[in-house]
This record gives sequence, C-alpha cells and structure tokens, in this order.
Amino acid sequence: MELGLMQRRLEDYTKSLFMEGLLDAQFLQLQQLQDESNPGFVGEVVSLFFDDSEKLLNELTSAMDQQIVDFRKVDSYVHQFKGSSSSIGAQRIKNVCILFRNYIEEQNIEACLRCLQQVKQEYYHVKSKLETLFRLEQQVLAAGGSIPAIEVTSF
Amino acid sequence: MVLQRTFARYAERTAFERPLTSGVAYAVRVLHSEREQFEKHQGWTIKRMDILEQKPVHKDDYEPEALEPSPVQEEYAPVIFAQDTVSHVISLDLLSGKEDRDNVLRARASGKGVLTAPFRLIKTNRLGVILTFAVYKMDLPSNATPNERIQATAGYIGGIFHIQSLVEKLLQQLASKQTIDVTVLDTTNQSYPISMYDSSSNTSDNDLSYVSMLNFGDPLRKHEMHCRFKEKAPWPLLEMATSTGILVIALLLGHIFHATMIRIAKVEDDCRKMMELKKRAEAADVAKSQFLATVSHEIRTPMNGVLGMLQMLMDTDLDVTQQDYVRTAQESGKALVSLINEVLDQAKIESGKLELEAVQFDLRATLDDVLSLFSGKSQEKGVELGVYVSDRVPKILIGDPGRFRQIITNLMGNSIKFTDRGHVFVTVHLIEEVMDSIDVETESSPQNTLSGFPVPKRRLSWSKFRSFSQEVPICPSVSLISDPINLIVSVEDTGEGIPLEAQSRIFTPFVQVGPSISRTHGGTGIGLSISKYLVGLMNGEIGFVSIPQVGSTFTFTAVFNNGHSNLGEFGGPQINTQSILSTSEFHGMTALLVDPRPVRAKLSRYHVQRLGICVEVVPDLTYGSWSVLNCGMVKIDMILMEEELWDDSSSSLPIFLNHLRDNDPGAVPKLFLLTNSVSSSRTSNGTTTAIPSKPAVITKPLRASMIATSLRRVMGFRNRTDLRNGETSRLALRNLLQGRKILVVDDNDVNLKVAAGALKKYGADVVCENSGSKAISLLKPPHQFDACFMDIQMPVIDGFEATKRIREAERSFSGEYGRGNGSQDGKAVNCHVPILAMTADVIQATHEECIQCGMDGYVSKPFEAEQLYREVSQFFASQTN
Repeated sequence: MELGLMQRRLEDYTKSLFMEGLLDAQFLQLQQLQDESNPGFVGEVVSLFFDDSEKLLNELTSAMDQQIVDFRKVDSYVHQFKGSSSSIGAQRIKNVCILFRNYIEEQNIEACLRCLQQVKQEYYHVKSKLETLFRLEQQVLAAGGSIPAIEVTSF
Repeated sequence: MVLQRTFARYAERTAFERPLTSGVAYAVRVLHSEREQFEKHQGWTIKRMDILEQKPVHKDDYEPEALEPSPVQEEYAPVIFAQDTVSHVISLDLLSGKEDRDNVLRARASGKGVLTAPFRLIKTNRLGVILTFAVYKMDLPSNATPNERIQATAGYIGGIFHIQSLVEKLLQQLASKQTIDVTVLDTTNQSYPISMYDSSSNTSDNDLSYVSMLNFGDPLRKHEMHCRFKEKAPWPLLEMATSTGILVIALLLGHIFHATMIRIAKVEDDCRKMMELKKRAEAADVAKSQFLATVSHEIRTPMNGVLGMLQMLMDTDLDVTQQDYVRTAQESGKALVSLINEVLDQAKIESGKLELEAVQFDLRATLDDVLSLFSGKSQEKGVELGVYVSDRVPKILIGDPGRFRQIITNLMGNSIKFTDRGHVFVTVHLIEEVMDSIDVETESSPQNTLSGFPVPKRRLSWSKFRSFSQEVPICPSVSLISDPINLIVSVEDTGEGIPLEAQSRIFTPFVQVGPSISRTHGGTGIGLSISKYLVGLMNGEIGFVSIPQVGSTFTFTAVFNNGHSNLGEFGGPQINTQSILSTSEFHGMTALLVDPRPVRAKLSRYHVQRLGICVEVVPDLTYGSWSVLNCGMVKIDMILMEEELWDDSSSSLPIFLNHLRDNDPGAVPKLFLLTNSVSSSRTSNGTTTAIPSKPAVITKPLRASMIATSLRRVMGFRNRTDLRNGETSRLALRNLLQGRKILVVDDNDVNLKVAAGALKKYGADVVCENSGSKAISLLKPPHQFDACFMDIQMPVIDGFEATKRIREAERSFSGEYGRGNGSQDGKAVNCHVPILAMTADVIQATHEECIQCGMDGYVSKPFEAEQLYREVSQFFASQTN
C-alpha cells in the first residue's frame, strides 16, 4: 500500500477512536510524551496497561466470585483500574469504573457484577482497537513513514 | 363478607341500571338453629313485620328499635343489607310479613321473580310493590325441582317500587300526562281490583277508556291499565295517536319491570365477583412487576454480552455484507436493550424499587452529552437543536445525573421524533427566575423563537404546577437537601403536536397517541410515564402544552442540591473535561456574534461564553449596528455569524473588517459560520472573494466543547501567540526541571510510568516508588530529592499520611540540626521538600486537605504541560533565581 494512504488510514483510525469516545485527550498527551529520546513510550505504557489490567480483572473476577464479597478489596481493584485507565486515556473504562465504585459503595452485588462484565467488555474492546492502532503504526514505520501528528482537538 | 356500607355504595352506584326502583334490599335465609349466632353476629335481633303491617305508622313515628322481636319460627329471612333509601327495613323478617312470606316462598321455589300485591310501604306509606328474587348458593340447572331450590337458597333480593313515581316518570317521558288519565289496577283478584295508580280525580266516568293488560313478569299477578282522555270529545286522529302512545306505555312498563328483575338478581353476585376480581388483579399486578423485573434483568445481562461480542466482531476483518449484518444485529440488540431498560424501569416503579442517586454532576456537561446524542438526527432532519442553561444555575449539582439525563433524553427524543421543521429547544432556569422574570415570558412571543416558527405559550405548560400556585416551600419533604436548587426545564418543539383527544392520557404507561404511532415511530409508550415518575422522585412536577401542527412544550421541575460545598469524587470525568474547557486558551478573548434573532443569539452566546470568551451581539453587520460597539477599544478575535446572514453580509463584512484593520492593523478576526445542517448551502458562495478568509463552519447543535474544537482548529494554527505560549511553557518547564531529581510515588504501575514519562520529557531525573512507606524512608532528611509527586489514594499509607510523616521527620530533623548548628539556619529551610499531590479529583475540599497535611500543590493525574508548569514554577522558580 502506498505510504500516504497508510498514513491517512492510520490518522482516520486514530480519529475514530476519539470519535467513538474510546480514548480522550490523555492519550494524545501520552503520544506527545513520545519523542526521539523515548521512541517506544506509548507502546510501553499501553502494554504495561494491558498486563496490569488483565491481572486486575482476574483479581476482580475472583474477588466478586467469593461467597461473601469483600467490597473494600473490590473497591481498591476498581480504583486501581480507574487510575490506570484514565492515565492512558481509556475514558470509557474509566467511566464504567466510576459507576462501578458507586455500586460498590451501595454494596449492590448484582450491579457490581454487571459493571464487571461491562468493564471487561470495554477493556477488550479498547485493547483490540489499540492493538489495531499499533499494527497500523508499525506498518507506516516499516514503510519508512512517520506517525502523523494527530490534532489535539480532533475529537 | 360484604358489608352494609359496601352494599349500599354498590347499589347506589349501579342504580342507573335499575331505573325506577326506589330501593334494593337483601335478606338472608336463617334457620332457627342459626338464629342465636346470627343475631349475635349482627348485633340486633330479628324483628317481625306483621304488626307493622296491621297498624301502619307514620313516617315520623317510625322507630326500628321499638319493633317486636320475631317469634320463634322454623326459619327467618331478615334483611341485612339495604340501599340507603330503604335502610329502615334492615333486621325485619320478611317471612313474618303476610304478603312477603308468600312471595319469598314462591320466589325461591320457582327461581323466578315474584311481585307482591300493591301495599303501603313501611315508613313512607306510599303505595308500592316489591319484586322478590331468590339467591342460591350455587348455580342451579334450569330444571331443578322446587325442593332442590329451597335447599340451595342463600337469601333473597328485593327491589322496591313506588308505583306512583314509576308511572309518573314514564308518563313524563311520553309527555302526555295532561291529556290522558291513567289508572293501573292489580286485578289478580277479579272482584277486588286494587288501584295501583290513579291520576284522575273522578273514577266514575268509564266511557272512552282503553284497557290494556300489563305483564310485569310474574305470571300469577295480573295488572290492567286503564287510560282515557281528560277531554270529552277528542279528535279521532288524536285518539289514534294516543292509543298508540298508551300501547307504548304499557310495553315500556312491562319492559322496565322485566329488565329490572334481571338486573337486581345480579347486584349481590356482581359485588362479590368484583371483590374477588379486584383481589386477583392486585395479586396479578404484583406478580407481573416481579416477573418483568426478573425477566428483564435476566435478558439484559446476556444481551450485554451479545452486544459486546458483536462490537468485537465488527473489529475483525469483515466484508461489506458481513459488516452490514453485524451492524443490523447490533442496532437491533441495542433497541432491545433500551426497550428492556424501559420495561425494567416501569417494573421498578410499580414495585416501588426505583431510587435516585445523589452524586455530583455538571448539568451543562450532561446536557451537552444528550445534545451530542441527537445531533446526528437533528442535522439529518434540518431541525435546529439547542440547549440553554441560565447563568444562575450552579456549575455543580448533586443529584442523579443518569435519571436526569433519562428524562431529558426521553423528552428530546419525543420532540425530535415528531418535529420535521423548526427547532427543538431545551432551556434550564431556576424556578425563582421564571417566577419573577419578564425575560422568560417575552421569549414565548410567537416571532421570537429559536427557529422563527411559532410555539405554544410556554407558561401554559407549567400552569398546573402546584409549587407555582401555592406559596408553599417547594421541597418541604426533602430534609436531606441543605442547599436546594429548584430547576425548571423546558423542552420546546415545533413539531406536529399532540392531538387534543390524546392529551389527557399521554402520561399513562404503554399508551401512545394512537396505534399508528408505534408503527411509524416505534417505542413502547412508557417513556413519558417513567419520566413523570422520575420527576416525582426529584420532587418536581411535569406538564405540557401542545397545539396540533404548531408544537409542544414539556416542562418539568426538579430539586437538586447545590454541589459547591460537598465533596466526593463521583462525576469526576465530566467536571474534569469541563474545567479543562473553562481554563482554555480562549479566556479573555472577545467574539462578535452576528444574529438578528435574540433567542438564538442568547443560546449561542451562552455556549461561547462557557469558553471564557466575551461575547458582543449585533443583529447585523451594517455600520449602524457595530458602530455602537466601540470597536476601536475592544479587540475582536472572532466573528460568529449565522449562516443565513452570509449572503446579505458579503458587502458589509469587508467594510467592517477594514474598519477593524484601521483601528488595529494586526487584528484579523477569524470568521465562523454557524450552520444547522451538514450539507451547507454555503458552497455556492465560493465566488465572494471580497471576504478575506474562507469562513470556517461550526455545525449545530452548539456545545462548548465542540465550539472549542472548531476554534482551536482554525485559530490554533494561525494564532501564533497561542502556539508560542504553549512552546514557552514547555521550554520553561524544561528549564525548571532539567536535571532535577524527582521522586514519583504511585501504587499504580501504569500511572507511575506515565507520570515518570512526562517528567522525564522535561529532563528530570525521575525515581519511581510504589508505596507511601517507601516514600517516607526515601524522603527522610537528608536526601537528594528536589521534589516529590505523590498519589493520594494508596493502600496502607496514603498520600496524606505519608506527607504528614515526611513533614514530621523534616521538622524533627531541622530541629536537631538547628540546635546543633544554629548559625546555618538557611539549610533548615531547604529541608522542606516540595510535595505535589497527584489527583484526578477536582473537588476543592480534597485540595484543601492536600494543603492542610503539608503538601505544596497538586496536579491532575493526566499531566498537562501548562498546569505542571504553573505548579512547579511556584517553588522551583525561586530556587533557580
């Protein structure tokens, strides 16, 4: 594929992630932190986020599986997840986490289980999207192009 | 058991079914063996009525207590229920009356209605007949023997007729009382006919009379009706007509008696059946709600799974057809889920389980969200969509944003659905404003609306609100609300309106305006009833005004708590984005808004002002309009113009721009067109080269965030000062942070990495730690760190606690150090290491707590250059100098 076309496709795809509200400005700031001295920064952070999230989701699932749910424990996991998701700009996960914590406070197990389901969905959704994004970026880089700068205001 | 009161009320209510009966009574069959218990239960003794019959008393003398108790009999038929008009017969034993006894026995043996001979009714002393019916304990076959019938008898129903009023009423209906004399005779005993009704004064004159037999449904009784003319020599024609009339009277009388007999029999039975049905219906209702709640929930959970999977499927490599299939499946799934949510809400409402949250939220951001939701649809339809929130509504409220959003979404959804031209306009005010402001009132004048289409008078939509008509405190029941904010929200549209005949039932669940609505527009018709309920939970009221083919305005009130004084982190994200918006780079700029329509100008100004931009409004760009603005004094950064003015202003705009340039050569304001639809008609105007720059377009519905985006896109590139500002802060940050040793503490690895990444970018030497305790030990003086960024919420030792301990250690260290080396007090000052909290929490109280426990400032977790610079420069700048 032609480089220009690939760059356009990458740009469109990135924009679509913002349009769909999957990512917020924080992700752009993350991209801005990446420069020559720190070329793989976004990738590193995001893969750390993936590792961290999967660990958290496992812990969370087993915590919610208990006969007697330890809501304090659950809350600390969700808090963690909220923090890391907002750090990378995965705002939909973050929003579900906020909702989740409301229900934790109410000790509403049913709603919590629903949130868990939802937060997993959002996570896998954003994960697959980000993986696609990185794949497109790799293609552009492999073709010798540079990653087009996304307007901070494109969402 | 049916009570007397119930019976009386039921009989009263069904009286119209039994015309011309003056009362209904029910007597039960009581065997002598049951008498004692029966009397104890009823609280009275069974009275005999034969004495009463022998010496009829006058109305005033009648006293039931004085009646003699019934002598011992084999069985009794005491009246236990009676319609209020004949309640004096209660406790009388029908079997003790001569006539009644015959009738009762005959009625129960035959299973048919039985008429008494006419007699003077007790108490009223008027002539009447009683129609008696037996009530059986079970359904009997039509061929049951008299003995079987007697055995199955439960009681007797009696209908009391005043003959006189009966015939009079009938004659009145025929309007011929003046010309005809009517006599009704009971001729069962041929030799002694009993006169039941006689309207004539002289009975001797028997010529020219017409005699007809009356059939009242009782084969054993014979009735005759004699009719004759009052005048001696009637016209033959009249005679003929009159005889026809008489025939009609006869038939009617018979018919009425017949119909009445059948009806009376059903009275008691119906009453019992209805009580049972009511009980069953109530039970079924509860069961239905529970069922709905359970099933809806059970469907929703897997549906969410299905939707999630479909979403993921979308991200895989699909061809066009497959994508179309998946999209359709997803749309259907979403429709199903929203339907289920509605049903679930309804079920929750019916079982009283719906409760509201109380969290902080930004009303304006919530409304912007809803606006975005409908923007596609409104642009597609070319309907102007707008939200206006009064400045007096506080920024942060406490309440249930989700449910508030649900109400707004429902109302706006309906409006958009039924509006094909004009506008849909949401306004939010404080109730106080609306109550005492003329400003709002003038808006409803027909010409001055958002789109120029007329709308119904908005005031009418809340004319029925109780809180407006009475001088009561608006939320006396809500003690939890310390600082109540009473909002009034209107959703106004210029749609097709609600048909007058449907207006009374639009808040009823599952009822739509007409069956065709659900076919053309879909929906379950419970949205409005849910909204009404939710509004009620928010201590508000909902009402509307609607004129078919003009439009509808729905208005509701709701009580929220003022959010400025309370803490809590819920609702953070919205507040966060909004606060970023308001501290945006546009602060202090001035915009010139060109719009001849005041309502629309007010709406546009509201959104632009939210960005911190000062707005001047002019109706057009003619010299007269802008000359009053004193343009030389105010630098105009941008011009926002309604698209419709674009053509007209092509001549006046260059003059205006020249004027600006004369005053301030450097100023070239950016031009923006505010347009309603995506496919703008502006493209045809490409030839107007007089305009310096091709105008950018801002597509409605206007939202602060969206305006900011458009402004940045245009101004960010061209306005070099802005760019330089960003560069400066980045460069300055680099200067400040270069080579600084900074400790970053966060228990969240991802956050840690991001924070470290941000600081490293500016040349800082970053050390990462993931717990409060490690931070305490690392920052124990003496140490090499220049600053510390610390997360607040960490397990075991949180940021507040860690900071407190670090400050304690610093104090004791500088104390010791100070005692040992009193001369070198400069060192002691340096012991205070700057600690900045990292928190996404924008609540003021958290910030105060940060300062209280010894922190020096805070940065929001998502690091942003300007904010970082602002905070860091506070304590680093003094050190570098």
